Amino acid sequence: MGNEAQPQDATASVDFQEVQQTERFKTLRKRHRSFVFPMAVVFLLWYFAYVLLADYAVGFMSIKVWGNINVGLILGLLQFVTTFGITAWYVSYSNKKLDPIAAEIRNEIEGREFDKDGNVISGAAK
Amino acid sequence: MNTMVPAVNVEALKDTTLLNMGIFALFVAVTMVIVFRASRNNKTAADYYAAGRSFTGSQNGTAIAGDYLSAASFLGITGAIAINGYDGFLYSIGFLVAWLVALLLVAELLRNTGKFTMADVLSFRLRQRPVRIAAALSTLAVCFFYLLAQMAGAGSLISLLLGISDWGGQALVIIVVGALMIMYVLIGGMKGTTWVQIIKAILLIAGAAVMTAMVLAIYGFNLSNLLGSAAEAANNPNILNPGLQYGKTETSKLDFMSLGLALVLGTAALPHVLMRFYTVPTAKEARKSVVWAIWLIGLFYLFTLVLGYGAAALVGAETIKSAPGGVNSAAPLLAFHLGGPLLLGFISAVAFATILAVVAGLTITAAASFAHDIYANVISKGKADATTEVKVARRTVVVIGVLAILGGIFANGQNVAFLVALAFAVAASANLPTIIYSLFWKKFTTQGAVWSMYGGLAAAILLITFSPVVSGAKTSMIPGANFALFPLSNPGIVSIPLAFFLGWLGTVLDKRREDPAKQAEMEVRSLTGVGAEKAVDH
Repeated sequence: MGNEAQPQDATASVDFQEVQQTERFKTLRKRHRSFVFPMAVVFLLWYFAYVLLADYAVGFMSIKVWGNINVGLILGLLQFVTTFGITAWYVSYSNKKLDPIAAEIRNEIEGREFDKDGNVISGAAK
Repeated sequence: MNTMVPAVNVEALKDTTLLNMGIFALFVAVTMVIVFRASRNNKTAADYYAAGRSFTGSQNGTAIAGDYLSAASFLGITGAIAINGYDGFLYSIGFLVAWLVALLLVAELLRNTGKFTMADVLSFRLRQRPVRIAAALSTLAVCFFYLLAQMAGAGSLISLLLGISDWGGQALVIIVVGALMIMYVLIGGMKGTTWVQIIKAILLIAGAAVMTAMVLAIYGFNLSNLLGSAAEAANNPNILNPGLQYGKTETSKLDFMSLGLALVLGTAALPHVLMRFYTVPTAKEARKSVVWAIWLIGLFYLFTLVLGYGAAALVGAETIKSAPGGVNSAAPLLAFHLGGPLLLGFISAVAFATILAVVAGLTITAAASFAHDIYANVISKGKADATTEVKVARRTVVVIGVLAILGGIFANGQNVAFLVALAFAVAASANLPTIIYSLFWKKFTTQGAVWSMYGGLAAAILLITFSPVVSGAKTSMIPGANFALFPLSNPGIVSIPLAFFLGWLGTVLDKRREDPAKQAEMEVRSLTGVGAEKAVDH
């Protein structure tokens, strides 16, 4: 294939298909996708619902709720709140559910390779 | 309310020219010293393109904010809110929400699989040559449109901020700014570019924060009072409601949907944003970068909401529209009203630094893509060594810099604001489908990638060419002609679904199968970071 994009590192001889079939990797992939896909759908729908309301429901968006603050402004500010919220949620989810298992797989692969080559490098991910 | 506004006028702006230039010169001097110090270790390709992967997530996130908050978003959005009220705010939200695509679907996986450019990721498990060429062409197209928009806007900024209104004088300033940019990128590479963006982001956000606090203080920290005062000054309560700008006709409503789609899906596929993820050592730092960027960018757009309505209330729409630079003058005029010449000088210098930082980021991205994708991997078929590749990149920087200067001089005064929207539409149509498919769809093939990228690129550019922004309307680039067959100014609503469809169609009709071992490798690498490029040790 001659893929220049990949680094010429010690992982050149790893059987990635074998890794892909392991239960641990499947769990990692499932955990990642079951979070990011639904979340992406939710925030895109919520954003476009907001845009559609601003486009086609001007009367509703113009209802004053408190002083001069109307529904449109509140929904707009809620877009900020949900963006910040999803960001924080994803970070905590990754820290707890994704990073540990990804690190396990990475250390195992990189560690094994270094052993095979005779260069034992502790903590391969420097 | 308007009668209370003291001497906010064009003459007052001109009086501060020297002060503006002085503050800008100080910015240049400080960043130059930092760039020189940072560039001592610029030896390898990873140093030059990716700053040795040595930035932290928080530094990179700040640089992303510096790269993303262009003059168009600072001056443009503040002005849009001041004139069109709610619709300007509506516009800014798309720019923020878009970062969730980068956070959830792109940043970390890209950092784990690529090296320097977007094409590294897209061609990872597909056939190198065709995919890399397509990805490089779309990278260059996006950078070119974005660059031209920034440089063409420089002229009006100069007349607004420095009071230079003759063409020759503006050309001279554009040459100076362009030459500075070339120096930063040539000497500093990605490290220098990143530091310029970091410093600029801090100054911009701090300046906006101070102005926001001053505006809020005038209204007793009561947003409702500020809004009421803005509506009163505008003599139009609808400034607080949606529809002033986008709600005029059914076409303009649809146009905004189309724009929103391109903004939300385009951001995470802008090549100069993607390249920033390679400047950190790990995927976790890439995630942290996006988190920082989201907080900073979100905070900044909240400030622009206050600044926009503040400008409407304190400066007034009529004064803004009649000032040089029109809508773009809302933020500088507000700065003058709030803090006199000193704050105006500061904000103006930041606006200049903004052009410099954004153009530098685009230039290094385009140069990296040309040198790494086209020269090293296609022309010399991977045989070029890293030293030659970086040499080619540096020469490309000079060529692009000169092109940017010429573009800035000759497109000066042209109505090319649509180019930014076009850059987002091309990114969302030509890049995003292939990024998503190659990261998440096992069966995706080379033919699918090539169809999607060229199809998306061609559709976006053709639709823009035959749209009212180029011909057929008073505000068109060529107002005299009329070949506007497509009614919308934003092609995204057609070109993005089309590119996703072509990626699927090209794949299912492809008789060739891609190597499943490469797919496995990419999937494992992208999720675990196995074998990802580490930070360079010096």
